[in-house]
Amino acid sequence: MNTNSNAYTFTFAIILVIVVAGLLAFTATTLKPLQEENIRNEKMQSILSTIGVDKSRDDAGKVYNDFIKKELTLKSDGTIDENPIVKAFKINLKNEVKKDPTKQRYPIYIAEIEGKTTYVVPLQGSGLWDAIWGYLAIDADENTIVGAVFDHAAETPGLGAEIRETWFEEQFIGEQFLKTTGDFSTNSFVSVRTVKGGSKADDLHGVDAISGGTITSDKLSIMIEERLQRYLPYFEKN
Amino acid sequence: MSEENEALFSKKNIKLLTDPLDDNNPITVQVLGICSALAITVQLKPAIVMAIAVVFVLVFSNLIISLLRNLIPNRIRIIVQLLVVAALVIIVDQVLKAYAFDVSKQLSVFVGLIITNCIIMGRLEAFALANKPWAAILDGFGNSAGYALILVIVAFFRELLGSGKLFGYEILGHKAKTIAESTGLYHMGYENNGFMLLSPMALIVVGVIIWLQRSRNRKLIETN
Repeated sequence: MNTNSNAYTFTFAIILVIVVAGLLAFTATTLKPLQEENIRNEKMQSILSTIGVDKSRDDAGKVYNDFIKKELTLKSDGTIDENPIVKAFKINLKNEVKKDPTKQRYPIYIAEIEGKTTYVVPLQGSGLWDAIWGYLAIDADENTIVGAVFDHAAETPGLGAEIRETWFEEQFIGEQFLKTTGDFSTNSFVSVRTVKGGSKADDLHGVDAISGGTITSDKLSIMIEERLQRYLPYFEKN
Repeated sequence: MSEENEALFSKKNIKLLTDPLDDNNPITVQVLGICSALAITVQLKPAIVMAIAVVFVLVFSNLIISLLRNLIPNRIRIIVQLLVVAALVIIVDQVLKAYAFDVSKQLSVFVGLIITNCIIMGRLEAFALANKPWAAILDGFGNSAGYALILVIVAFFRELLGSGKLFGYEILGHKAKTIAESTGLYHMGYENNGFMLLSPMALIVVGVIIWLQRSRNRKLIETN
C-alpha cells in the first residue's frame, strides 16, 4: 500500500478526524453535567462565605437554599424584573457589565440567618491584568457591609492577588458605603475605598490598600463603587 | 534472541525508562518543556497534577502514534501527531474540570498548553514514529517521569521558600500580622521570600539543578 498517495492521505486524515471528533464529543457530553455542577456549587460557596457560612464546595450546593431565601433580578431603576426566563443566579455578570447600565440586569441575593436579612451583591470589574470579581454582604440597614469575598483571574501573586486573602477581605466588615444610613442620594453615597498608606481607624468608608498592589487596589475600589451605586435605587425602595 | 522474544524489561527497555530521569532528562539536559516548569511550580499540588497529566498524555500519544506508525502518511505526520496530542489533552482538561475542579482552576490555561509542550512532540517525532508500541510506552513514561521529577523538585523549593508551605500546609509555622503572634520560624523574624513565587526564580532553581547534575554527572558537560 502506498501510504504517500494523495487518496490515501485524504482517507487517513478524514477517518482520523472523525474518530477523534466522536471521542471528544462523547467525553464532553458525558462530563458536562458534572462540570456545570462544580461551577454552580462554587458560585453558591462564594455567596455563602460572604454571609459567614463556610462550607465545602459540595456541601454549599446542599445548604444553599437554607440560607438564601430570594434571588432577585433588578432593573436599573431598582424595580424587580419579573420575567421568569431571567434567573438571577444564571446571570453572567461578565457579559452584563459590558452593556449599557440602563439595559443591564442586576442580580441580588437575599439571605436570612436566624431571622436577620442580609443582602448579597455580586461584583465584577477589571483588575490590573484580568478580571476581578467578588460578593459584598450588606446588613439589613442597607448601609453596613458584613462580609466581602473577592477573587481574581490573574493578578500578580503576592501583590494584587492578595485581594482574595482573608486579612484583606475582613477589613470590609463594618465599613459603610453611605454617609447617612437611609439616605441613598448621590451626595450620601461614598462607597468603600482602598486607601494607600492605610486608612484611619475611624474611617468608615476606607480600608487599607495592598502594598505593592496599588493598581489592583484602585481597580477594586472602582469596581465596588460602580457596582454598588446601581443597587441604590433598589435599596431606596425597600 | 529474536526481537519478538525480547523480555518486557530487558536491559535496553529499562534504559528507555531510566535514561530520561538523569542522563537524558528532558528539562535539564534536552532543555525542553521549560515554559510549563516555570509557570505551574509555585505550589506542589498543581505541579504534581500537571506532571500526572503530562505522563498520561505522553504515554498514550506515544502508544497511539507507535501503533499507527506504519499507517501515517509521511507528509501529514506532524498534523496527525498534533491531533492525537490535542485530543488527549482535551480529554484530560475535561476530566479535571469534572473531577478535580480546584486543581483545574489553578492549572487553568496550562493544561491546554500541554499540546505545545515540546517534550511531547519531540518524543513522538524522535521515538514513537520509529519504535514498537511497548518501547514507545516505556519511553513516554520515562520522559514524562523525568519531566515530573524536575517539576516536583522546583515546586518543592518554590512553595517552601516562597510561602512557607508544602501542599498548602504551613510547614514553617504560622505567619500572623505581628511577629509576637506568629509561631515557628516566623516568630524568630523569618520572612517568606516573595521572589520565589515569581517565574524568574523557577528558572534560577532549574539552573541550580542543572549545575548540580552536571557537577555530579561529568559526562553531561559539553566540551567544545
